[in-house]
Amino acid sequence: MDDPKLMDLQTKLDEFAPTGRSALLPALHHTQKLFGYIPQAAASRIAASLHIPLANVHGVIDFYTLFYRQPVAETVIHVCNDPVCAFAGSDSLFKNFYREVPHQAASGGLETIALERSPCLGLCEHAPALLVQGMATAGAAGQSWQDIITGNFGRPHTQITREVDILTSNCGKGAPTWLAAYEASGGYQAFRKALGMSPAEVISQVKASGLVGRGGAAFPTGVKWEGAANAPGSPKYVVCNADEAEPGTFKDRVMMESDPHRILEGMLIAAYAIGANKGYMYIRGEYIHQFEVMAQARQEAMTVGYIGERVLGSDFSFDLELRLGAGAYVCGEETALFESIEGKRGLPRIKPPFPITHGLFGKPTVINNVETLANVPYILSNGAEAYRKIGTERSPGPKLFCLSGDVEKPGLYEVPFGVTFRHVLYDLAGGVRGGRKMQATLFGGAAGAFATEKDLDVRLSFEDLKAAGLPLGSGVIMVFDDSRDLKQILLRLARFFAEESCGKCFPCQIGTQRQLEILQNIASYGTSAGDREQLEDVARTMTDASICGLGQTAGSAVMSAIQQWQDLFKPARERKE
Amino acid sequence: MTDDITLTIDERPVTVPEGTTILQAAKSVGINIPTICYHEFCTSNGLCRICVVEVEGSRTLVPACVAKVSQDMVVRTRTPRVVNARRTILEMLNASVDLSEDENIQDLMHEYAADEARFPLAEPRQHAILDDNPMYIRDYAKCILCWRCVQVCADDAQYTYAINFSGRGYHTSISTYYDLPLTETTCVFCGQCVGVCPTGALKPKREWLMELGYTPDQIMQMTRTERKSRMRRPQASA
Repeated sequence: MDDPKLMDLQTKLDEFAPTGRSALLPALHHTQKLFGYIPQAAASRIAASLHIPLANVHGVIDFYTLFYRQPVAETVIHVCNDPVCAFAGSDSLFKNFYREVPHQAASGGLETIALERSPCLGLCEHAPALLVQGMATAGAAGQSWQDIITGNFGRPHTQITREVDILTSNCGKGAPTWLAAYEASGGYQAFRKALGMSPAEVISQVKASGLVGRGGAAFPTGVKWEGAANAPGSPKYVVCNADEAEPGTFKDRVMMESDPHRILEGMLIAAYAIGANKGYMYIRGEYIHQFEVMAQARQEAMTVGYIGERVLGSDFSFDLELRLGAGAYVCGEETALFESIEGKRGLPRIKPPFPITHGLFGKPTVINNVETLANVPYILSNGAEAYRKIGTERSPGPKLFCLSGDVEKPGLYEVPFGVTFRHVLYDLAGGVRGGRKMQATLFGGAAGAFATEKDLDVRLSFEDLKAAGLPLGSGVIMVFDDSRDLKQILLRLARFFAEESCGKCFPCQIGTQRQLEILQNIASYGTSAGDREQLEDVARTMTDASICGLGQTAGSAVMSAIQQWQDLFKPARERKE
Repeated sequence: MTDDITLTIDERPVTVPEGTTILQAAKSVGINIPTICYHEFCTSNGLCRICVVEVEGSRTLVPACVAKVSQDMVVRTRTPRVVNARRTILEMLNASVDLSEDENIQDLMHEYAADEARFPLAEPRQHAILDDNPMYIRDYAKCILCWRCVQVCADDAQYTYAINFSGRGYHTSISTYYDLPLTETTCVFCGQCVGVCPTGALKPKREWLMELGYTPDQIMQMTRTERKSRMRRPQASA
């Protein structure tokens, strides 16, 4: 009982105790750091200290894939299993591992190394992507196992291409832009300006700018802020959704690791505008490095008084907490994210009510994506009119696109809304790799739809993409050349959804599994009569009847493929009547 | 004082108090919307989605058990889109779980002409029967994850919190803390979870043994021995 590690844990738990249940994920992360997993004795201590029923602690541990109830291994390596990384060789990394690497412990003890298949790690431009004990590797395909395991590898450096440099001007320098450099480039001037305005004026500026959310749903940001500002109830919260996990998306990772203060400044302006004195930033569990960068930036902002009591001598006070997720794509759904911050399983809530009135802890809340918030300082500094000069009439502003797959220059692209897909793919990104023909491009991520050559002249804006039947989503442009097997792509997307469904509502819980089974069977034995109808029925039911966006889009890539390629699921042999 | 709301359900005008769910409003005029996870005395979570209906202006179907009525709402409870979703959910569920003891779902399968063999390749959820206490058994191969047991064990009735969930997605299951036998949890054997289980996944041990063909005398013998051995070894796990 007097295990020194348990005593260490108890000291930390005493600090967490006043926070109550909301400290559960931080407490579990801390425990896992101490023990390498979450032993029952430690979980019992957590339950007692935070006043959470034992069974509920178990439910939370078991929900998140990065928490382990049993010892795993000394070194855990996560290998991305999604289409782009698979085509870049993540499968052969797996095979080599089991053939070549001495991972078994000598005397029946803990394995020295455990390799785990992982959903998209947000390192798509460095495919095949690997995390070694949470650290990202670059160019894993060309490295020896010895180098990978000993951590002898370079940190990935993201290529950034800009036609405008509003969001990424401080990105791609190989190191974070810390406070002094950020201020020297005009940083926090927008926030200072906002403090001199009334909250209503700030909101009207953001509304006038036409900024809409960049997380995927494209809701007008100013309208959201106004709703929360006018909602009765207090306290109010501002939450930054940094749970970036849509396969093919890595823009928020680059922003966090390169220009953390721009995001904080956007959050401060949002908090001031809606009257929130407390904010949370929820960063996905796989982004440990980015979490550390944000934590250091927060510390800097506190030291000079951007965060704290009576900020810069004004009446506005603001406290910010950073939260690390633990492996659950669904937590990018706003209400599931609130549940996770509250120390629960990350299950989406029934809407309505909506977050602007009933958000985090049931209070009025504004939740914005990282990229959305990063737009805000520019709008306040330069005015809505200047902002509207960028982009199109109905999609103002700059947009980040994440290019990956069979493209000459995978990386992050900042362009004004309204440039064509052809311009980005061929003029900026050098076209399809090796001069091959483009077969299909997945727009919007796993929850997206396929574009083909006929869509090359579609302008990248909300209105034009919508007219072409393509989602903008989180800005994913995943390119596949004519050698790629579309059914393999769909199978991997289906596996992603089956693994990431939270299991709350039946259509998604069972539908994602049925979709995976059908596509697995097709991959192994070819298409049979009725497969296509089953896929359509399952997809339609998930789209129509699921609780949240995950289930509602889990069949969209399959449906899009069926529409584009009528013969894709044509049975090899028709069943005889 | 609540205001009355008038809406249309299946082309019929309906007037109900504000705050009424679509399910209740439909019931008040004799329109039956099917449910599976819904239970009158449990918190509704809109899980099974069998109660989905079409609401004009809504992009997706709407779960009637949790969605509240609003003025001039136009609801249709049995459109082809609704029927297709219900049938597919039933077919998918049937391929996952042993539904043989749930009469409600059996009736719905029949009513919606659900094909029992629609997903022949499906991997059913397999669980061994858990027989770890003298009061009731847990046969999670019959569990549809309606959450009723977890809810009555927690804030809906008993405030005991003996059970919660393991895993997620299709592989979610009801579980105790670190999979401990029920006798080593906070369970007080109130039996409320058994009472609300719709599928026979939770069953009194006596009933289960009788189904297996044991006589009441044999059962008395067995459970007595079990109780005694448990008294001797209070910390033993099953």
